[in-house]
Amino acid sequence: MSVIYLLLAISIIVALIFFAAFIISVRSGQYDDSYTPSVRILFEDEVVKNTTAEPDIKNQSN
Amino acid sequence: MTKCYHCGDDCNTTAIVFDDKDFCCNGCKTVYEIFKTNDLSYYYDLQSAAGTTPLAIEGKYDFLDSDGITQRLIEFDDGTVQIVNLFVPGIHCSSCIWVLENLKKLHPGITNSLVDFPKKTVRVTFNMELVSLKELVILLARIGYEPYISLDDYDKGKNKTDRSLLYKLGVAGFAFGNIMFLSFPEYFEVGEFWLDQYKGLFRWLTFAFSLPVVFYAGSDYLISAYKGLRSGLLNIDVPIALGVLVLFIRSSYEIFFDLGSGFFDSLTGLIFFLLVGRFFQQKTYSFLSFERDYKSYFPIAVTRLIDKKIEETVQVYDIKSGDRLLIRNEELIPVDGILMSERAQIDYSFVTGESEPVQKISGDKVFAGGRQCYGAIEIETLNSVSQSYLTQLWSNSVFQKDKTTTFQTLTDSIGKRFTIAVLAIAFIAASFWMYQDSSKVMNVFTAVLIIACPCAIALAAPFTLGNMLRIFGRKKLYLKDSSVIEQLAQIDTAIFDKTGTITTTQSSSISYEGMELTFEEESLLKNTLRASNHPLSRSLYTLLKEHNIETLDDYKEYTGKGVQGVKDKSDIKVGSADFVGHQQQSDYNNTSVHISTNDAYKGRFVFHNNYREGVAEVFKQMGRYMDLAVLSGDNPGEKTRLEMLLPKLTPLYFNQKPTDKLEFISELQANDKKVLMVGDGLNDAGALAQSNVGIAISENINVFSPACDGILDATKFKYFNDYVLASKKAIKIIKLCFVLSLMYNVIGLYFAVTGQLEPVIAAILMPLSSISIVAFATLATNVVGKKLN
Repeated sequence: MSVIYLLLAISIIVALIFFAAFIISVRSGQYDDSYTPSVRILFEDEVVKNTTAEPDIKNQSN
Repeated sequence: MTKCYHCGDDCNTTAIVFDDKDFCCNGCKTVYEIFKTNDLSYYYDLQSAAGTTPLAIEGKYDFLDSDGITQRLIEFDDGTVQIVNLFVPGIHCSSCIWVLENLKKLHPGITNSLVDFPKKTVRVTFNMELVSLKELVILLARIGYEPYISLDDYDKGKNKTDRSLLYKLGVAGFAFGNIMFLSFPEYFEVGEFWLDQYKGLFRWLTFAFSLPVVFYAGSDYLISAYKGLRSGLLNIDVPIALGVLVLFIRSSYEIFFDLGSGFFDSLTGLIFFLLVGRFFQQKTYSFLSFERDYKSYFPIAVTRLIDKKIEETVQVYDIKSGDRLLIRNEELIPVDGILMSERAQIDYSFVTGESEPVQKISGDKVFAGGRQCYGAIEIETLNSVSQSYLTQLWSNSVFQKDKTTTFQTLTDSIGKRFTIAVLAIAFIAASFWMYQDSSKVMNVFTAVLIIACPCAIALAAPFTLGNMLRIFGRKKLYLKDSSVIEQLAQIDTAIFDKTGTITTTQSSSISYEGMELTFEEESLLKNTLRASNHPLSRSLYTLLKEHNIETLDDYKEYTGKGVQGVKDKSDIKVGSADFVGHQQQSDYNNTSVHISTNDAYKGRFVFHNNYREGVAEVFKQMGRYMDLAVLSGDNPGEKTRLEMLLPKLTPLYFNQKPTDKLEFISELQANDKKVLMVGDGLNDAGALAQSNVGIAISENINVFSPACDGILDATKFKYFNDYVLASKKAIKIIKLCFVLSLMYNVIGLYFAVTGQLEPVIAAILMPLSSISIVAFATLATNVVGKKLN
């Protein structure tokens, strides 16, 4: 039943891929600032803002 | 009262209305205009009144014209594209992030900008052919986000962030998870056909996974233990390293000779949990700096005058004695010198914490660290930057040594006794088995060392203190690292600075001494003050009763002297003693404003320091269990008021120079006292560094505080005693954790000594003890934190 060698090889390769992804993401600085991106994602898209959304938001803030 | 649309401050009577919105000043209005015309008004939708008022910046950034200086600041430069990382203390909300990341709308030369909110920095990529660094900085300043560039940036250059802990954590977690999978089958299916056939492969794989964990992820513990042993110290890393090595060697031995599956899952789990603890403890307040010396305050360059005419920008290290310098409004004096201009108002608040500017006249000595208020002055320097009165303090050896290396933590002191006890048990158990069954000797000996590995003990302090550090951070007490909490709990003497520490710089109380003023005189005084912009006039103006606004017949302001107002033939002079014609000098020079009407001296308004809210209570509470003293750089003018305020017999020392404060503390330490220093200005820097725990009080935590172990927001000063008590409680929690983890050790030792330690028992016991310690430590500190204000 040498299929177990194959299965083990696959499982380890998958694990290694995720491990490599983690190392790459740390290296690129994704973990340096864990706060700002959480704010950035909530900013209104420019397109939406320029058409309809703007007047609504204006009224709320005033 | 309307609020400014841009910054949210109260608009005084002079609100500027623009575009149906109120603004408190022209600066705010200009920023609004810039945002409005550049399609950036979304800024105000995100968060209302988020802005800050831009300050006058004329000539301030001329030094950025010099290539030598900009080269040091710029991170990346390929001839056209440059990248610079600027520290902007004004970043405080989501609007700030949004507008700073949309800088490219304000200037076509800017290609990209990225904010790091926790660090309060913005990294800007720009085309140097379209916009220079100076223009970029001025643009930021004009929209109220003035970057803070100091001598420190010039010296430091580029620094790399250390991410090794994250890598190690990744490696350990990765290997731990895989080893768990690979060793799981053997725990349950002993003797099963397929498993038996592939057992060897599984075991060798776990061995392979464990190698990077032991020799890379766990290397810190091995190195630290080795260093500890070499210097004759049994720190907590010694039993950990011992456990790790014994685990590794015994497990490898078992696999090499096909005796068993080894303890690789426990081994990697142990290192993984330890690293998690270390990661948790490593809470840093990246926007604060605890290492500041005078360099963080001083400008990079100043203006030098050649032949009294030509202005040139000169790097401050290049200033020689005898140079003539031009110090503009709001600029910092970088070296000691003699004042050449007629008058100067110097604000020494960075140095002493005293907020009222000091008046100097031509020929007076001015010291480095002062900030010129109101207009430009010229000075002739007396020495170079490093030899100035203030900066000399930093040549003291106290700034070279690292405090944490000399402090033995609670965990380390336990580690010593623990190691001895564990080795003793291991040897006794081994010698017992020597007579009973000599084949089991090695098994029992190693099992004791494995199961006694103080993983849970080593986790207790990081989680308790790490969590406490976060709780303190939420209460606005920012500590440098978690060992400060341990040190704070041991304090038995507390020394306070006076000015700026127990007094506020925000407001002062005013009392009047002299002949009473008539109603007409008071009305005239109020109307005269109304026209003056001097801070003392403003605070005096708000104190006086309401009077009708009348137009003066004549009004004159004499810079640095005072103001004069004339109405219906009566005349009033408000200002310095000389100016009003008062000769008699008062005993102590508390800041005072003298009044004379029609050339007859009337009296003076004396400005007293205002003590922070709760100072008396803090002293009373802390005085119960420690010695207190006040060290002040000022004259004893406030002595009687302090004596009334503070508990009886609190020692008060006045006229203390920065080095005196340092000496005072080291003398106490020579008598085995654990000293807490609470200060604020650069003149306390020596004392803060010398003390066991140095806490800086700061009214604006983003900007100024000298090197210290912790920064306390000034509004929280009244709760200071609670924080000290909370850190004592944290130490109690750690001790309870030790008891708890020792109980687990006793259970584990039972299995080990009787020779029944199976890998599965170790694999259950180790994570169980670690997790329960972590849970207990976190819960208990949260309970303590709940009670804090």
